[in-house]
Amino acid sequence: MKTDVNASSASEIAVAVKAAADPNDPIAAISRGETLPSEVHKSLADEEAVLDVKDFRLWYGAAQALYDINMSVPRGKVTALIGPSGCGKSTLLRSVNRLNDLIDIVKIDGDMVLNGDSVYGPGVDVIELRKRMGMVFQKSNPFPMSIYENVVYSLRIDGENRKSVLDEICEKSLRGAALWNEVKDRLDDLALGLSGGQQQRLCIARAIAAEPEVLLMDEPCSALDPIATGKIEDLIESLRGEYTILIVTHNMQQASRVSDYTAFMYLGRLIEYGATGELFTRPHLKATEDYITGRFG
Amino acid sequence: MSSSEKESKSSGRDASGRGSSGQGASGKGSSGNGGGWSERTRARSKSSLFAAGEPMVWLTGGALAACAFMVAGLLLLVLVKGLSTFWPASVIKLETPDGRTYMGEVTREDLYRPTDNVLADLDGEIARKAALEVEEKEGWAFRRLVRTGNFKLTQNHFSWVNEWEVAEASEPEWAMVLERLEWGRFYGFPEAFVLLTPISERTADGQGRTGEERMAEALGLVEELAGQGAEVQLVDDRFVNGRRGPALVDPAESATVQDLQGVAQVFRGPEQAWAKFQELHKESRQRWHDRRRLEKFDTGKVNHKQEEARLAVRELELELEEASGTAGEPDVRTRLADAEAKFEEVRTWADREFTRIRQEIDAINHENSRYQILMRTAGEGTRPEEQVLLRLDDVVRAYPANRLGWVDKAGIYLSRWSEFLTDEPREANSEGGVYPAIFGTVAMTLIMSLVVVPFGVLAALYLKEYANAGPVVSAVRIAVNNLAGVPSIVFGVFGLGFFCYVVGASIDEVLFAANLPNPTFGKGGLLWASLTLALLTLPVVIVATEEAVSAVPNSMREGSYACGASKWQTIRRIVLPRALPGIITGMILAIARGAGEVAPLMLVGAVKLAPELPIDGLFPFVHPERSFMHLGFHIYDVGFQSQNSEAAKPMVFTTTLLLIAIVAVLNFVTIAIRNRLRSKFAGGQF
Ligand SMILES: Nc1ncnc2c1ncn2[C@@H]1O[C@H](COP(=O)(O)OP(=O)(O)OP(=O)(O)O)[C@@H](O)[C@H]1O
Ligand SMILES: [Mg+2]
Repeated sequence: MKTDVNASSASEIAVAVKAAADPNDPIAAISRGETLPSEVHKSLADEEAVLDVKDFRLWYGAAQALYDINMSVPRGKVTALIGPSGCGKSTLLRSVNRLNDLIDIVKIDGDMVLNGDSVYGPGVDVIELRKRMGMVFQKSNPFPMSIYENVVYSLRIDGENRKSVLDEICEKSLRGAALWNEVKDRLDDLALGLSGGQQQRLCIARAIAAEPEVLLMDEPCSALDPIATGKIEDLIESLRGEYTILIVTHNMQQASRVSDYTAFMYLGRLIEYGATGELFTRPHLKATEDYITGRFG
Repeated sequence: MSSSEKESKSSGRDASGRGSSGQGASGKGSSGNGGGWSERTRARSKSSLFAAGEPMVWLTGGALAACAFMVAGLLLLVLVKGLSTFWPASVIKLETPDGRTYMGEVTREDLYRPTDNVLADLDGEIARKAALEVEEKEGWAFRRLVRTGNFKLTQNHFSWVNEWEVAEASEPEWAMVLERLEWGRFYGFPEAFVLLTPISERTADGQGRTGEERMAEALGLVEELAGQGAEVQLVDDRFVNGRRGPALVDPAESATVQDLQGVAQVFRGPEQAWAKFQELHKESRQRWHDRRRLEKFDTGKVNHKQEEARLAVRELELELEEASGTAGEPDVRTRLADAEAKFEEVRTWADREFTRIRQEIDAINHENSRYQILMRTAGEGTRPEEQVLLRLDDVVRAYPANRLGWVDKAGIYLSRWSEFLTDEPREANSEGGVYPAIFGTVAMTLIMSLVVVPFGVLAALYLKEYANAGPVVSAVRIAVNNLAGVPSIVFGVFGLGFFCYVVGASIDEVLFAANLPNPTFGKGGLLWASLTLALLTLPVVIVATEEAVSAVPNSMREGSYACGASKWQTIRRIVLPRALPGIITGMILAIARGAGEVAPLMLVGAVKLAPELPIDGLFPFVHPERSFMHLGFHIYDVGFQSQNSEAAKPMVFTTTLLLIAIVAVLNFVTIAIRNRLRSKFAGGQF
């Protein structure tokens, strides 16, 4: 709630400073009640999209949190979502696997397409849909069971009980999450006994165990120390190409280090979206530049 | 004013919350800041006594101490009284100057204020002593409650004896305590051991014999036994001191015999009597147990078979009524005829069996009646000393109280406990064991838990996980919580009205129609009692489960959904395991509440004395429709419904102790399970 107020007052200041200077400034446009289309770099046109967000809008009760988001997430690439607190990054991410359905007051409009299948279309089986995605949360949330069971959770709920299959996938996922060497001798221990960083990597292992088409990560490193953060960044690096990753981060350095593409969001809008290198060095919009250089947000 | 007051309050909260360190910090702050600010801070820090939080510490601590004191006091009372009941006391003999005697165990001693009337009624030596004592103790007097037993002779179990009446108090060496199956305890001295040979009233071919014939045989037996060392006497059933009973008669006085019982070899003297008693008592009791088994189980089995056959006939009769006039009638008729033939068969078999059992019982009885001990009383009150013959198999336990060492006493103590825990009650529940009540209590509590936990958990899961929050859910929740405040007797009434008379009666009509009008399920029983208590404890489980489920972090649920789990999978694999310790806490509370409940049970199946356990060897082995005994009800019954309440009082404490122990054991087991689960599912850092 509070961030909302801050954000809007910040925007008012920004408006006061720049409204006259740049008629194309999206922030000024927002404050005028108009929406300018998102600035999407050309480089994206060459990419094959795994996920296509189409005119997506979302309300929490009466309050609109996302406005006309149009965005395609390229296959096998790491795409970062940045933006000030409360701008709707988590909301967008949670909309992809329809976790927002769990909140009664949420209403949506528009659609997303995952590899050609509608996400919000009529008759979509949400559970089947979620099985095609993995999600890593800001706070690590291992389940109250053993490390092994945590990793193979999504297989268990699919009814997979063959030990050989489970063993293989468990090892593969834990290796993929760079956790295997640390836990291979205590797979039957409680997951809650791991350190915070290990728990987060365990959650990543759990998310990739079902080989998702998209891996959604919501500030996976925000509760971790630099060493653990480094490990997870290395991990994202190693997953690149194999998995499509959509990651929310507050950390500009992290975004520039790990991502191929970056999307800048502000007040529920997608402002600018492009290749990370270009967006960070030569942003097309002044607002983006202001944000990444820390002038507001 | 109002703002400064608010501040002082908030500072008080701070100080009590953070203790002295908080105060220290605020003190430092005040010295660092300047001007009016520092003054205000200083005013806050010493504003009032309440600000320092001291009174609250005392208040909370005091409340805790008061609670702990009351609980500990209650437990201590139960523990001390309960544990000391079975310790054998010594037997004391009190004699008064005017020739009265009281012998028995002292059960209580107290000081009381004798009224003037009481003192005025006294005379002679006693009046003098009484006046002296009352004067010395400033109006108070000392008295003892002596358990004198021998109810059949004196018509009372206990006597109050004033100290001023006592001319002589002694602990006679051979004073014995006999715990009997009937008529309570007997106190007296062993005179002799009697080995009786009964004289049959019938000849071998079943003809009656005359008194002369029997006497002739008796005298012949006397001749025969005379050479074997022991003294030989006739046993006659005659009036002694206005009371009819067996007595020893010298063969020389055979002319005075009224109702000859037999010839006895008499081993005189306390040592010999006690030695013989110890030698033969165990066998007698064993035979008695055999007899009891015949009476109970063998007879029960035959009865059961017979009843089964009768019910089969009755069922077909009912079927015939329904089928009369239809095509199926002839078929039913033939089956009925078969069943009737079968019933006849079973009946003749049963008659044969009953005769056999009767004969076996008679043989045992005959053998057991041979072993008797001749006791002499100390002469209760104004009565003279009397001799009494007691059958060995009637004596549960006997011991010369004043000759016992610590080890012997401990042995008796343990044997009483083991009887208490494993035997059936006797003497209108005031003596003997409480095994059926233990069984009933545990069985009822287990069935109750088995019912209430799944129901409560499912209901709470629906409320928390599935139902949309709204007025309906709130109403249900309020109703459930209020259920906890309904007096338990109301649940009893409901249980009786609904479970017994509606559900039970319907079951009877459908499944046990042949047995009507005798109810099978349509009356109080173990099952209905368990269900009633399950209803009673349902709110506890629901509330505990709701709380435990709410405490499961939402992030875990979301993680599970994100993996593609359905709602039920999430509940089963994540929510339930995580909430299990909390659910079990609810179960512990429910058990504690349910096991100690008495009032509703009186209406739905707990009885004073249940002839059969709800589980036995007769098909279908488990009989949840049977009424049962319950420790809580037992306490009520023994303590308040017993004729011999003074003797039953110690049993109240022992039974209470046992009930508490059982509840504690059930709880410890569940707590142990919970702790295992807790270390399995919870913990960790977030
Ligand atoms: N469950 C909810 N109910 C109502 N409003 C919500 C809910 N969750 C988020 N919002 C609102 O939606 C807006 C976007 O929130 P969101 O969590 O997506 O922001 P974010 O970009 O992830 O911020 P942060 O970087 O702080 O995580 C905010 O204004 C927030 O107040
Ligand atoms: Mg967020």
